[in-house]
Amino acid sequence: MTEAAFLTAQGLNVQLAGRAVLKNISLALSPGHLVALVGPNGAGKTTLLRALAGLVPSDGAIHVGGDALSSLPLRERARRFAYLPQGHIVHWPLPARDIVALGRYPHGATDPGRLTLRDTEAVLRAMQATDVVEFGDRRVTELSGGERSRVALARVLAVEAPVILADEPTASLDPRHQIDVMKSLRQAADKGALVIVVTHDLGLAARFADTVLVLSEGRLVSQGASAEALSDDIMGDVFRISAYRAEYQREAVIVPWAEI
Amino acid sequence: MSIQNIMVTADIAARRRAGVMAALIVVVVLLALASLGIGPVRLSPLTVIDALFGGGSDVQQVIVREIRLPRMILGFAIGAMLGLSGAALQGLLRNPLASPSLFGAPQSAAFGAVLVIALGLADVRSYALPVAAILAAFASVFALLAIAGRNAGLLILILAGLAISSLAGAATALVMNLSSNPFVVLEIAFWLLGSLEDRSFRHVMLALPFIVAGAIILLRQRNAFRALSLGEETAQSLGVDVGRLRLTVIVGVALGVGGSVAVTGAIGFIGLVAPHLMRPLIGHDPTRLLVPSALTGSALLLAADIAVRIIPSTSDIKVGVLTSIIGVPFFLYLIMRERRALGGGVA
Repeated sequence: MTEAAFLTAQGLNVQLAGRAVLKNISLALSPGHLVALVGPNGAGKTTLLRALAGLVPSDGAIHVGGDALSSLPLRERARRFAYLPQGHIVHWPLPARDIVALGRYPHGATDPGRLTLRDTEAVLRAMQATDVVEFGDRRVTELSGGERSRVALARVLAVEAPVILADEPTASLDPRHQIDVMKSLRQAADKGALVIVVTHDLGLAARFADTVLVLSEGRLVSQGASAEALSDDIMGDVFRISAYRAEYQREAVIVPWAEI
Repeated sequence: MSIQNIMVTADIAARRRAGVMAALIVVVVLLALASLGIGPVRLSPLTVIDALFGGGSDVQQVIVREIRLPRMILGFAIGAMLGLSGAALQGLLRNPLASPSLFGAPQSAAFGAVLVIALGLADVRSYALPVAAILAAFASVFALLAIAGRNAGLLILILAGLAISSLAGAATALVMNLSSNPFVVLEIAFWLLGSLEDRSFRHVMLALPFIVAGAIILLRQRNAFRALSLGEETAQSLGVDVGRLRLTVIVGVALGVGGSVAVTGAIGFIGLVAPHLMRPLIGHDPTRLLVPSALTGSALLLAADIAVRIIPSTSDIKVGVLTSIIGVPFFLYLIMRERRALGGGVA
């Protein structure tokens, strides 16, 4: 990563309930990249996403677009980071369109009934990118898990933020929807966003990510292109598995194979 | 579907909501007029309007402007505050069973008032009563925040609120228990039932500033409730300061509901029921529910207060009793529906 980094962290430490969850993490990530954040359960992946977005307090310096995160007001942070949490919680049966429109909240469009033309266009672009336009009027509670996850993704894309943080966006989706979601995120990266995706699917990570970050027990133990970051040593030390490796249609294939 | 289609369907929903709002306003105005006309002396709506603007006989003017107008204004304002608080708390907690009494402010306000009555400092119609009630409501909010801490989570706040409301209830019972004068105990017991009877403009002037302040505080937060539909973490990531929102809403509810309880005693279930009546018509958007719930609260309390004047009985029925008698079965119905929604036997 030789281009100017958009998002950097230096000496990042996070303590939750007295336990050190992240230890001395430093990274520098450039725009236009899709970064996969992988690691065993409890390695601190979600915490790292939250810390980068300023949702959990952390020691150390985070800079986004040249500004210290701590110096940015909440509203401005919300415009720079679009955050997709796990689980796609929606507490009320709102129409899918209104959920997507909440992506414009950081831009001052607090009422989905009164969007400016610019906001409406952003909402529509996001709905088209995730293919949810047809059920814009349906309540999210009536949608299937796959449809709901695409609505959640559309909400995040509608922010049109320079940084997208997605926490396990493909969890509990069928293979087709997993590929759809990863392609939408890949597209956002190709349009210039920095996309960071937490995933347990090393195959998807290897195939879609420009950069893979491997977290283990709160430390960043490996980073780089997928083949290097997910070397046999790392697979053994961190995940305690061996992997089958191949190439298909000129893309890297990694399939976790056996425990070691 | 295209950009036009999306805007058109949004338009249809907006027009429907506007229709519901207009209907609600008409209902509230009609109930307000009825509230001015009904009582021991029945007056027609035209007479009421006439008397309101200085026409008619002196007696009619006194009845409408000095006896029934304050009662109507209190019914309108307090009903609105209860409906608004209920909708705001349900939005904040993302739970349709939340109600204004959740954090203990109404119970504490009632205790403050009861203490003043029992100590013989004031009778139920005096000015000191509301002051004591509002002070107690505030004390309960400060106690809540002191116990739960500045960045407390929802669960801690609810538990602390439960403890405070139980304490206020126990303290009220203790005051009645220790009171040696049976007439005072009876007076307290009736006051606790909640009533709009014999309230004057002094009461209106005392309660209204708190109700208006509470309503403004809650309405200023309105858009944050919609973002909260996605959960606290996502709302925070969208730029909502969730910790501050929680405190602001609790203070707003304490101000408005404390001020209300202060002049009327406890009036239950309007805050719980009003948002539920509106959801089928307005939708579940917690932001859009605020104002319609407030109007529904007004309509419910005005209607209940008219009903207690019409229902024939040997002694007068208190409006708080009526709202609870109707409200509790509704609450049970909600719980059963919620249970079905959660899949029946699982819980």
